[in-house]
Amino acid sequence: MDPEFFEAAAMPLFDQLYNFAHWLTGNRSDAEDLVQETYAKALKGFRSFQEGTNLRAWMYRILRNSFLTSRTGLGAHNVSPLDDEMDITALAAHSLTPEFLVLQQEGKQTVRDALACLPLNYREVILLCEIEEMQYKEIAEVLGVPIGTVMSRLARARKMLRELLTAKPTEKVSKWTVIKTPSH
Amino acid sequence: MDCDQNPVALGAYLDDELHASEAAALREHIGGCPKCATEIAELVRIKRGFRAVGPRFAPSPEFRRRVEQQISYPSRRFWRLQLIPAAVFAAAVLLVVIASALFLHRPNDFAEIADLHVNALASANPVDVVSTDRHTVKPWFQGRIPFSFNVPEFAGTEFTLLGGRVIYFHQRPGAQLIVAVRQHKISVLIFQAGPELDRSFAFPEGVGHHNTFSIDTWQSQGLRYFVIGDADPSAIGKLSTTFKAANP
Repeated sequence: MDPEFFEAAAMPLFDQLYNFAHWLTGNRSDAEDLVQETYAKALKGFRSFQEGTNLRAWMYRILRNSFLTSRTGLGAHNVSPLDDEMDITALAAHSLTPEFLVLQQEGKQTVRDALACLPLNYREVILLCEIEEMQYKEIAEVLGVPIGTVMSRLARARKMLRELLTAKPTEKVSKWTVIKTPSH
Repeated sequence: MDCDQNPVALGAYLDDELHASEAAALREHIGGCPKCATEIAELVRIKRGFRAVGPRFAPSPEFRRRVEQQISYPSRRFWRLQLIPAAVFAAAVLLVVIASALFLHRPNDFAEIADLHVNALASANPVDVVSTDRHTVKPWFQGRIPFSFNVPEFAGTEFTLLGGRVIYFHQRPGAQLIVAVRQHKISVLIFQAGPELDRSFAFPEGVGHHNTFSIDTWQSQGLRYFVIGDADPSAIGKLSTTFKAANP
């Protein structure tokens, strides 16, 4: 497409892309860098953008891929389990991160805090679904995975959130302490 | 209380991502399955939790402007279009500066040559070596100037050699010969050629004019010659020719 129309086409997505970037990176400065990089890359590649395909999904995909290759993204990526065949019931142990335990002990759990504890590939799928209100088809396009994978990741993400939000702090800590101990 | 319902389908049902027939079947199943009913209630709780997440993160207006500026097509075009005339203008200015350095310099140098000529004529002693004999004048310059040149034979011509003197131009010593033609006196000035002289007087051959003086200049064998006087241009030209012939 003609770069002349890039601004008109891409700027309406600015707020939501920023929101998503902030959720992914967790802070304003990284989010701004990410969005800026996304727009620069998108402008560069706009000629190759296929007219009639989903511009929003395309932009989100650029943003998400930029994030994965960024330092913050690499860090976040490394701690996330990538096995989509993993048993849902075993997920609680995987979401166990030190900062999450701290949050649990403080007993101030909210959806936002819980989200921050999710591994990246679960966090991004639930953000796209619940915060960006995308359809599965569009999420699949952004993430570059089949719809079936989107559905299973979403189910796991929700299951993890549920665990995080429902358990009483004391229960949770003791339960996870038990789970964690054998791994030491 | 065993239920083989895929938990993934429950989420898809909530997200309104099931086909109408699948959704209807699932709805019926939930109605009769307490486990799935509990699951759905939990999922709804999570989904509602997102509504309570609070305001979305909003970009700052400055950041929006920065990105807008970065990607704006008109602004990029504006810079391109602005840069072309700017570059052309800069090139033109540069040309004018170089040209004026070259061309505006020239009248000043011509004026200096004319001054040398007038000074000599105004002096009580226009020449230091008074002689009509070229064989007297040429040796006189030996040891006074760092070069040598031939004085043409004027016998039998309209020109009469009056004499010569040492002069300085751009801090270089040079020879000045005074030649008379009828009542007019013409100066022939000879200097060692140098880059700054070449630049100052790089102009087509032929007699030019400066303040009603006629002037001719050329370069030969590393020497720069000037012939200047108030005689008519043809006389200047003729004298130039005789010097050129004597110093090929």
